[in-house]
Amino acid sequence: MAVNIKKLPKKPYVMPGHAACPGCPESMGFKYLGMALGDKAVVVIPAGCSSVIQGLWPRQGFGLPILNIVFAAAASTASGLARALKRRGVDAQVVVWAGDGGTADIGFQALSAAAERGEDIIYICVDNEAYMNTGIQRSGLTPYGAWTTTTHTGKRQFKKPLPQIVAAHRVPYVATTSVGYPWDFIAKLKKAASIRGFKYIHLHAPCPVGWRFDPSLTAKIAQLAVETGAWILYEYENGKLRLNPPSNRLIDPEKRKPVEEYLKLQGRFRHLKPEDVEMIKKEIETNWEEITRALKIQGDL
Amino acid sequence: MAVSESEESRKRGVVAVVEPAGHKLPLSMAGPGAMGKTGYWRTQRPVVNTEKCTGCYLCWLYCPDNVIEMVPGKGPRGQDIPVIDYDYCKGCGVCAAVCPVKAIDMVDESKFLAKEKEEGDGNA
Amino acid sequence: MGMPKLLAMRGNEAVAYAAKYARVEVVAAYPITPQTIIVEKIDELISKGEMDAEMIHVESEHSALAATYGAAIGGVRAFTATSSHGLMYMYEVLWWTAGSRIPVVMAVVTRAMGPPWNIHVSHEDILATRDTGWLVSMAENNQEAFDLTLQMFRITEDPRVYLPGIVGLDGFILSHTVEPVELPDQETVDEFLPPRRQPYVMEPGEPKAMGNLVPDEYFEELRMDMQQSMENAVKVIREVGKEYAKYFGRDYSDLVECYKCSDADYIVAGTGSWMGDAKIAADKLREKGYRVGVMRLRWIRPFPWSDVREAAMSKRAVIVMDRSLSTGHAGPLFLELSSALEAKPSMIGVPAGIGGVDISYEDIERFTEKAIQLVEEHGRVYIPAMWYHLGKIFPTYPSSHVKLD
Ligand code: SF4
Ligand code: SF4
Repeated sequence: MAVNIKKLPKKPYVMPGHAACPGCPESMGFKYLGMALGDKAVVVIPAGCSSVIQGLWPRQGFGLPILNIVFAAAASTASGLARALKRRGVDAQVVVWAGDGGTADIGFQALSAAAERGEDIIYICVDNEAYMNTGIQRSGLTPYGAWTTTTHTGKRQFKKPLPQIVAAHRVPYVATTSVGYPWDFIAKLKKAASIRGFKYIHLHAPCPVGWRFDPSLTAKIAQLAVETGAWILYEYENGKLRLNPPSNRLIDPEKRKPVEEYLKLQGRFRHLKPEDVEMIKKEIETNWEEITRALKIQGDL
Repeated sequence: MAVSESEESRKRGVVAVVEPAGHKLPLSMAGPGAMGKTGYWRTQRPVVNTEKCTGCYLCWLYCPDNVIEMVPGKGPRGQDIPVIDYDYCKGCGVCAAVCPVKAIDMVDESKFLAKEKEEGDGNA
Repeated sequence: MGMPKLLAMRGNEAVAYAAKYARVEVVAAYPITPQTIIVEKIDELISKGEMDAEMIHVESEHSALAATYGAAIGGVRAFTATSSHGLMYMYEVLWWTAGSRIPVVMAVVTRAMGPPWNIHVSHEDILATRDTGWLVSMAENNQEAFDLTLQMFRITEDPRVYLPGIVGLDGFILSHTVEPVELPDQETVDEFLPPRRQPYVMEPGEPKAMGNLVPDEYFEELRMDMQQSMENAVKVIREVGKEYAKYFGRDYSDLVECYKCSDADYIVAGTGSWMGDAKIAADKLREKGYRVGVMRLRWIRPFPWSDVREAAMSKRAVIVMDRSLSTGHAGPLFLELSSALEAKPSMIGVPAGIGGVDISYEDIERFTEKAIQLVEEHGRVYIPAMWYHLGKIFPTYPSSHVKLD
């Protein structure tokens, strides 16, 4: 599904004057969500940056119906809402828009259960790799080595491989995306909307405040994550794995930019020692090995 | 329906909450300025060089605050060009960073403030 | 029109039938003893085609109420049930549901909070919901559990109220005990219970947000509105209770049930199934020459303030049976009643029967008689917690009784 940028809807799905920090990847991502799904979407948002981005009553900064909900309850609330709208015969697409903490940590139980039940919802994890809204605390999705206000010398554990964990629930659709590649995200959202059952989309969302980079670089850093192979764009459709551009050209490590280019722009990695960088490289290699192995088993490599 | 819009507020793009059965409800309506005129946050102002601009829409696509409107055919070569709403633009510079032909310059906001003061219009 | 039929059933089944008659469309629940039969029964009714609803088999109570709420805010009648730890696990969602002003009905089968594990009756779970903005009622028997559940849909969906509601029934004593229950016919229920109303629906269309940040002043106004709605609920409960009598022959217009209160000097007050035993105890005490009446709170929220005052303000003493204790002070009902009655009568709080310790009418007779003797000996007294345990009185905190006059 190719996306023609100029033909994307002009309707504002993010309202000027919302409360996000300058250069926010979440408001960027939400725009694409609206462009992809249009007015059929109803969005459930657990506690996180996007609860605050909406701004102050009596206005709200998103151009779609938003149901805010407590931190751990996004997937379960969306399940009930989707069932009700279906029973009423309402043509709707219920979407969860949750952060990495709301997905991989506190919301994980409800997410896993909704996936297992096969609820007809699209669950989007907007992954800015820490609890940014409360002031940059580490989450299960903070990568190795990253500074946060609760990992002052850098996190010593690896990022949870959440897309694979959700894919292991054998749901019909799982995809990784990035705010650096809106056309890819939009195309995947449209595809997800055409599939019945539980769909999971993981959106990599570099945060200027928490990652310590200049706000102008949000999209660039998101692209660098992909170009260096630190973030991989792929999708599982009915269990079948496919790499998406540009990641499909990056199986060969030679084709990837050096990860240092990605790391050096971010203050959260400033303290890294050479051995830390080696660990990060090893993690990236492991991720690629897993992908390559899966593609080989499928006979696609 | 629980929430309705007055004709006037619809025109302004700001929609108010009315209370069904007299209740106050925790409901808000989509509209610009949920956090006020966020243009005040800006320290750098994106300025579009319409001569350079090719009308590719990338700045429009990436702007996290949705303050860029592409005006069809208004460029010097008949191309679509971006027009930025400075009431709300936060000056993040994403637009400038993604522009493939460097048609957007980030200019220190103090320059404009000084100019506005000269013109006696300090409350932009 | 069909005829009502009398069937023998457990309290949990009565509640499940009420959900069916109310034409509930979505049920989300998680197993916990002693609530589980409700969900099993509903699942059975659905799979037999007797009930047209969807069951969401969630992985926790937190998700149970969240999914129920999600369905309700999406515009359908929704129901859940829980007990004890399950109720505590969903506690934050209780607040969220009430604050959203979305009608939802939940059954709470009362049970003790651990540790240690104890599946028996206690009111510490249900009484912990007092501050959440839910309507809270307690049944005395299985018929009332059915009747209150049916009424709760109509009350919570009344535009003057728009708050969720809990129907409490005592674990095992009602939940697992078979009693005769009269089931109505569907047509009559459909006449009694109008189609669902709610203040707004979450659906595609208007880009509204539920629950984004508000200025503190508006937050306070939202709470003021909820308090006003609770006051409205008193009126609505009376109206609906009276109408229920018209349709089904049983009158629920009183928020407080008074048994031989008018000529009583002493009132035994409390809530739930053991108040039936309290009535027997009152009769026994009357045989001994003490004029005792029983005041049973059918509703905890809205608190039936004026009814309580009318029934008990001028009495010599009120003995409050509490199957729960706010540890460090007194039983929650004692605290509520003391405040409503301004401690004008002597007030004696009796925490008892906690964690399912069996309390017979003889026990009630014994501690009530003891309380009456204290009053007769000392004049006006105020005793927050006079614990009754295995036939003995244990004055606890404050360690000695407080003499007022
Ligand atoms: S500076 Fe940021 S907010 Fe302003 S127009 Fe550019 S991208 Fe949008
Ligand atoms: S990104 Fe640059 S070239 Fe493209 S429309 Fe914007 S200003 Fe013009």
